[in-house]
Amino acid sequence: MAGQSKIEAYIRTEMAPTMPPPASTVGIVGWMRANLFSDWINTVLTLIGMYLVYITLQTVIDWAFIRAVWTGEDNKACLDKEVGFHVGACWAFVGSKFSQFVYGRYPLEERWRVDITFLVGAVGLAWMIIENAPYRKWVAIFMLALFPLMALILLTGGNFELSSGSWKAFSLLSIIALVGVAFVGVRAQTKGSDFDLSTALMIPAAILAYIFLAYFLVDFDFGMAPVETSQWGGLLVTLVVAITGIVASLPIGILLALGRRSEMPVVRMASVIFIEFWRGVPLITVLFMSSVMLPLFLPEGVNFDKLLRCLIGVALFSAAYMAEVVRGGLQAIPKGQYEGAMALGLPFWKMMGLIVLPQALKLVIPGIVNTFIGLFKDTTLVLIIGLFDLLGIIQLNVTADAKWFAPSVHNTGYVFAGLSFWIFCFGMSRYSIYMENKLHTGHKR
Amino acid sequence: MKTKILAIAAGAAISMVAAQAASAATLDDIKKKGHVQCGVSQGLAGFSNPDDKGNWTGMDVDVCRALGAAIFGDATKAKYTALSAKERFTALQSGEVDLLSRNTTWTATRDTALGLNFAGVNYYDGQGFMVRKSLGVTSALQLAGAAICTNTGTTTELNVADGFRADKRRYEVVAFEKADEVVQAYDKGRCDVYTTDASGLYSQRLKLANADDHIVLPEIISKEPLGPVVRQGDDQWFNLVKWTMYLMLNAEELGVTSKNVDEMKSSGNPAVKRILGVEGNFGENLGVGNDWGYNIIKQVGNYGEVFDANVGPDTPLGIARGVNALWSKGGIQYAPPIR
Repeated sequence: MAGQSKIEAYIRTEMAPTMPPPASTVGIVGWMRANLFSDWINTVLTLIGMYLVYITLQTVIDWAFIRAVWTGEDNKACLDKEVGFHVGACWAFVGSKFSQFVYGRYPLEERWRVDITFLVGAVGLAWMIIENAPYRKWVAIFMLALFPLMALILLTGGNFELSSGSWKAFSLLSIIALVGVAFVGVRAQTKGSDFDLSTALMIPAAILAYIFLAYFLVDFDFGMAPVETSQWGGLLVTLVVAITGIVASLPIGILLALGRRSEMPVVRMASVIFIEFWRGVPLITVLFMSSVMLPLFLPEGVNFDKLLRCLIGVALFSAAYMAEVVRGGLQAIPKGQYEGAMALGLPFWKMMGLIVLPQALKLVIPGIVNTFIGLFKDTTLVLIIGLFDLLGIIQLNVTADAKWFAPSVHNTGYVFAGLSFWIFCFGMSRYSIYMENKLHTGHKR
Repeated sequence: MKTKILAIAAGAAISMVAAQAASAATLDDIKKKGHVQCGVSQGLAGFSNPDDKGNWTGMDVDVCRALGAAIFGDATKAKYTALSAKERFTALQSGEVDLLSRNTTWTATRDTALGLNFAGVNYYDGQGFMVRKSLGVTSALQLAGAAICTNTGTTTELNVADGFRADKRRYEVVAFEKADEVVQAYDKGRCDVYTTDASGLYSQRLKLANADDHIVLPEIISKEPLGPVVRQGDDQWFNLVKWTMYLMLNAEELGVTSKNVDEMKSSGNPAVKRILGVEGNFGENLGVGNDWGYNIIKQVGNYGEVFDANVGPDTPLGIARGVNALWSKGGIQYAPPIR
C-alpha cells in the first residue's frame, strides 16, 4: 500500500496548464524563422533579397523624394547647376504641365465638359462594378446606351448639322426595315410556327428609336462651342481610344468568334477573312493606313476626322484579337453542353446566350483582360499619326518645350507616363482577378 | 518592313494623285472655312512646340499666324495639324492641310517630283557637330575614327557618310530612332560626337547633364534651307505665302516692328507706306485686304522679332542670327522689294 501511495504522489490529478508555444515559433519571429531563415540557403537568399530591396528602395526614395524638386516655373528649378545639387525627379515640371497631360490642348474655358464626362464615366463604372449596388441594371443600360452619346456631344460640342437628306434616307431605311421584319413575321406565323410578331418587332423598334434619339441629339444645338478632335490630347485621348476599343471589341469579337465556328460557309469565310486580315497586319500599319493612305482614296474635300479613323481602326483591330480569345473559350466547352441545350429545344441564340457563352467567357476572362491591357498600352501608337495621347503629350513637352529642357525633366516625364499607365493597367488586372474569383464554379484548383 | 512598303506605295500614290489634288483656289477655300489649316511638326523646340497652355508657338507656327493675319486680319485664325515626317507630304497632297510649315528641307526632289512648291526659306539650317570639350577637338576635320551619334533614316546620316568618305576618314555611326535616345546615348558616352541640324544641336545641348562641358563645332557640312511648302499649281496661294514671308523680311529691313507699326503708318518713307498698305494695292493683288502688311506686323511681328522671340539669344535656345541675318547685316536673308 505504501508503495502505491508513493506512486500516487507522482500522478497528476489535474491537467497541466497549456504553456504558450516557444517564442521562436510564433508571431513575426516564428513566421520569419519558418519562411525566411529555415536553413542556411534560405537565409542567404533572404539576406540577398533584402539587400536588393534596400538598395532599390533607397534609390527610388532618394530620386523621387529626397533629391526631388517640387516647385518651379521653368527648367532653372531643375538644373543641377542652378540649384546646386544633383536633381532627382522634377515634379515641378509635371505640376506645371499637369492640365496639359490630362486635357491636351482642349480650350481652357471648355474643360468642364471633359471633367463632367470623366466624372460621369468614373461614377458609372464604379457603380457597375460594385456588387449589390442598387439599380445596377439601369446604370449599365445608361452607361452603354446614353453615356457614349453624352460623351460625344459634350466632348465635341454636338450640333453636327446633319443634312435633311440623311434624315430622310434614314427614316426611309428604318421604315423598310420594320416592314421587312413584320413581313417575315407574318409569313412565319401563317406557316404555323410560334413566332411572336410583337416581341420580334420590339427589338428592331427599340434599336431604331435609339438611333432616332441619337440622331436627334447629335443634331441638336446645345449652344456649346465646338472643339475639334485635333485639340484633344493627353489622358483624354488615351481614354477615348482605349475605352472605345475595349467596349467595341468585345461584342464584335464575340460575333466574329461565333461566325468563325458557324456552319454557314459564307458567314464562316467572312469571319475568317476578317480575323486573319486584321490580325495579320501590325497596328502601326492600320493607323498609318487610316491616316496617310485613306485620304488619298477619298474624293477631295471629303475628310474623315483623324481621331474617328483611328478609333475605327483600333476597334476592328482589337475585335479580331478578341474573337480568337473568345473562340478559345468556345472550344473549351464540351459538346455535351451544346447537345444538352439543343435537347432542351433552345434556339441558337438562346443556347449561346444562356448556356455556352456564359461558361466560355468566364473561362477566358484572363485572356480578355490581357487583350484589354494590351490595347490600353497600344493606344500610345496613335502618336505616329499625329494624335497626342498621354505619352505623346508628355514626350512633346519633354522634347520640344525649350523652357523646360533639363535632364531631370526628361526622366521625370517618362517615369510619370509609366506610372500613369501602370495604374490603369494594374486596376484592370485586379478587377479581372476579382471577377474570376467571383465567378469560379468548380474549375478552381 | 511593312511600313517601308507602305511608304513606297504612298509615294507612288502621291505622284499619281498629286496632279489632280492641286485644287485651284486654296485661298477661296480658306476664306470659306474661316481658317488656315497648317501642318506643323510633332514638336521641335523653337519651331513648333506647345507653350504652357498648350498653344502652338514657334517660327514655323508664326508663318501660319502671319497668314491668318494677312487673310483674316486675325493671327488666331490658323489651326494646326501635327504631322510626322512620314505623313507630312501626303497630308498636304490630300488637302488635309493648306500649308506645310514643318522644318522641311528644300531639295530638288521634293520641289519637283512630289507636286509641291517651296514658298521660301524661313530658316537656313545646316548640319553641325557637338563634342565634349574634354576631347580637345576644335574642328570637325579632326574627327577621325570617331563614334558618331545620329538619327536613323535622315539625311544627317548620309551627309556624314559623304563628308567622311570624301577624305577617307574612318568613323562609326551609332544611330537611334528618336532624338531623345540620341541625346541620352551621347550623354552616357556611347559616342564621341553628336550630329544633327545646328538648330537642333543648340536645343538638345540643354538636355545634357552638363551643357557647359560640350561645344558645337564651327563647321556646317550640309545645306538645310527650311521653309513652308504648298501644293503645286495654285499660284495665287503660292504667291500669298511667298510674299507674306518677304513682307516680314522687308519690314525688318525698314525697321517696322510690332511696337512701332502704328507710328510707322504715318511715316514719310514710301517703302514703309507700301508694306503697311497706306499706298498701293499690293494686298488686293494677292487676293487679301490692303492692310495685310499692317496686320501681319502688328500681330506677329517682323522676321527679326519672330526669330528673337522663338529661337533668338534671349530664349533658352539662344541661337545667334548667323546666316539668318538680313543680307544688309552679313546674312543671306534677302527679300525682293514690295513695290
